[in-house]
Amino acid sequence: MVDRIPILKMGKYLLLSIQVDMHDQLALDLQEDLTEQIVRHRAKGVLIDISSLEIVDSFIGRMLSHIANVSRILDAKVIVVGMQPAVAITLVELGLSLEGIATALNIEKGMRWLENSVNEDEIAGEPESDEDTDAPSETGN
Amino acid sequence: MTKTQTLPLKQETDIVIIRQRVRKAAEEARLGLVSQTKIVTAASEIARNALIYGGGGQCLIELANRDGRAAVRLVIADQGPGIADIERALVDGYTSGSGLGLGLSGSRRLVDEFDLKSQPGAGTTVELWKWK
Ligand SMILES: Nc1ncnc2c1ncn2[C@@H]1O[C@H](COP(=O)(O)OP(=O)(O)OP(=O)(O)O)[C@@H](O)[C@H]1O
Ligand SMILES: [Mg+2]
Repeated sequence: MVDRIPILKMGKYLLLSIQVDMHDQLALDLQEDLTEQIVRHRAKGVLIDISSLEIVDSFIGRMLSHIANVSRILDAKVIVVGMQPAVAITLVELGLSLEGIATALNIEKGMRWLENSVNEDEIAGEPESDEDTDAPSETGN
Repeated sequence: MTKTQTLPLKQETDIVIIRQRVRKAAEEARLGLVSQTKIVTAASEIARNALIYGGGGQCLIELANRDGRAAVRLVIADQGPGIADIERALVDGYTSGSGLGLGLSGSRRLVDEFDLKSQPGAGTTVELWKWK
């Protein structure tokens, strides 16, 4: 079994694609790795591709929420892209709202969103606190 | 696949194997993609509960039949402490740990039939059905 999900650095962004059925420890390790790399690379944005994931249960849902929360504190934007429709339908019925997590249909749209929101922040100047993002939606915590 | 199989549930990685086998069974029963996803997700939740709260157990996967319709039937059992208050455990958001309390209530919504049997001291058995 795979024991690490690779995280790629591209400029100010970190990219990762979850392509295996993760056991719980692997999800926890990913959470930790990612946090560490956001800090190390001073990443401004994180893109998580889950288009290969065939299910998202409460554990993985919780991992995604946790990543979004930690990233917010570390001042990095996170976007989750490519969720399969069947997965999205199931998540809603399960009762997981994934609130606070920005999502986009595919990597391209996700990347554009990241660039826009990071650029907006830079124009607004540091430190920033307001979040006036437009599509895709991002609800408060 | 054989009509029934019983898989061990002793460690986290067993949950992954159970998910994969349930997916296979759901494909063989020719459930639609959304139904497949729902039964696999429910299996993942209930198996994790059996492992975490019940100390492990086993999962039976059966290619079954329900009123002439192909179905997947799962029986996930542990020999753990059981659930004292089943009504409360089934409430959305109730957790005795640090979860979201969605495993039981959410899984019940995801399947066509859900049966939970538990007695304090005598373990917990959850039966899940999804048919075509
Ligand atoms: N197999 C079991 N044996 C003993 N107690 C259980 C078992 N399954 C569930 N429970 C009890 O029922 C509660 C609710 O379970 P449920 O799966 O709905 O939520 P959770 O596991 O706490 O959180 P989540 O599944 O959202 O991560 C658990 O917190 C636990 O106390
Ligand atoms: Mg649970």
